[in-house]
This record gives sequence, C-alpha cells and structure tokens, in this order.
Amino acid sequence: MRVLYFAWIRTKIGVPEEVLDPPADVATVQALIDWLKGRGPQFAEALKNPAVVRIAVNKRYVGLDHPIGRDDEVALFSPVTGG
Amino acid sequence: MIRVQREDFDVGAELASLTSGRHGIGGVTLFVGLVRDMAGEERIGAMTLEHYPGMTERELEAIEKEAHERWPLDASLIIHRFGRLEPGDRIVLVAAASPHREAAFDACHFLIDWLKTKAPFWKLEETPTGPRWVDAKASDDAAARRWLKE
Repeated sequence: MRVLYFAWIRTKIGVPEEVLDPPADVATVQALIDWLKGRGPQFAEALKNPAVVRIAVNKRYVGLDHPIGRDDEVALFSPVTGG
Repeated sequence: MIRVQREDFDVGAELASLTSGRHGIGGVTLFVGLVRDMAGEERIGAMTLEHYPGMTERELEAIEKEAHERWPLDASLIIHRFGRLEPGDRIVLVAAASPHREAAFDACHFLIDWLKTKAPFWKLEETPTGPRWVDAKASDDAAARRWLKE
C-alpha cells in the first residue's frame, strides 16, 4: 500500500510517502489511521485530530469508513488552501 | 480546459485563446488570484504552493464539468500554479464564457469558490517567524456552501 502525506501532515510525519504493509485487519481508512498512530509520536501528533485530516483513496475523496486494500494509494492531508 | 503549472500565465493571451473562433460568446468573466504581502498583521515574504499531482487535475476537471452542467457555457479555463511565488505573483486564473453575462459571472464565482475547498493545493507562507502552513478558512467553506444544490 502506498501512503502519501501532504502539507502540515507531511511536515509533522517527516516523509512525503511510504510503501507500507499493514496487518490484514487494517481494512478501512479509520483502521489505517489508528494503526499509523501506533507507529511513533510524530504519527500520533500528526493524526490526532480527525477533523483536520482529509483522506483520498486512489486520488478520490473518501470518508473514514472507506475500505482499503494493499494495491491502493492512500493520501492523508490537511484541509486544502489553494486558489 | 484545466492546467496545473509552475510557470506564470499571460491573461490577455489566455483570453484571446479562450474566445478564438467561438462567436456565440457574449461575455467572459475572469478571476485572477494574486499573492498578498500580508496575512493578518504579518508580512509575507513569499509562499510555496504544494499540490497532489494527479488528484489535482482530476478535481479541477470535475469542478469544471460541474460548472458546464449548471450553466450554459461556451468555454471555460482554470490555470493554477504551484511552487514558490512572491507577493504580486499570479496564483490562479479562472474564466467562464457564455452567451450572456449572468451565467459567466455565476460560473466564474462558482469555479473559484469550489476550487478553494476541493482542489488539493496547500500554501506554505514564509513569515518573519519562520514557515507556516496556511489554515483553511471557515469563510471559504461558507462561500462554497452557497453553491450546494438543495
């Protein structure tokens, strides 16, 4: 699974992207975020407030209950500020 | 048409290209967003725009398609820049062309309001106290909500 981080979340976590192999029971975005938060204090800090985390799976916005699989590209980022 | 690019754009040339050969157009509304030198009370030296390549284009295309479904547009254009920009630099161009001005104004307004809350861009400002990610504004969300369908 490819996981991308952008903006404030990337700054906090310290890397722009990772290729990860989470346990089989990590089957939704929510489960992935919970699993990521256990990987270190920088993940716990970056993802502590779900209200300011936006999620895309395969470049489409999704909610926390969206299913994910090992071939997916998951992006986590702060609310957008373009324009 | 949508474009995501590092380079600047020429508003006059883009307008000419948008309307060329399309003689049903009665009016074009353009919005050009610029980098300000102030954020609240703080002076901004420059900003860097980050985006999500691939998703950005997909979102901008979806926003443009939505505008064409809502208004009778002959043509439209979204250009959004990324990379480091300084105060006064152009960030974004949105244009909507229609037989009549009302649709052109409304569609242009819709395009920029929706883009601001949906397209995956982020601004990192250079301030006297160091770099700072710009927070999303509740006023931008409110502006976008005006265009939600009942």
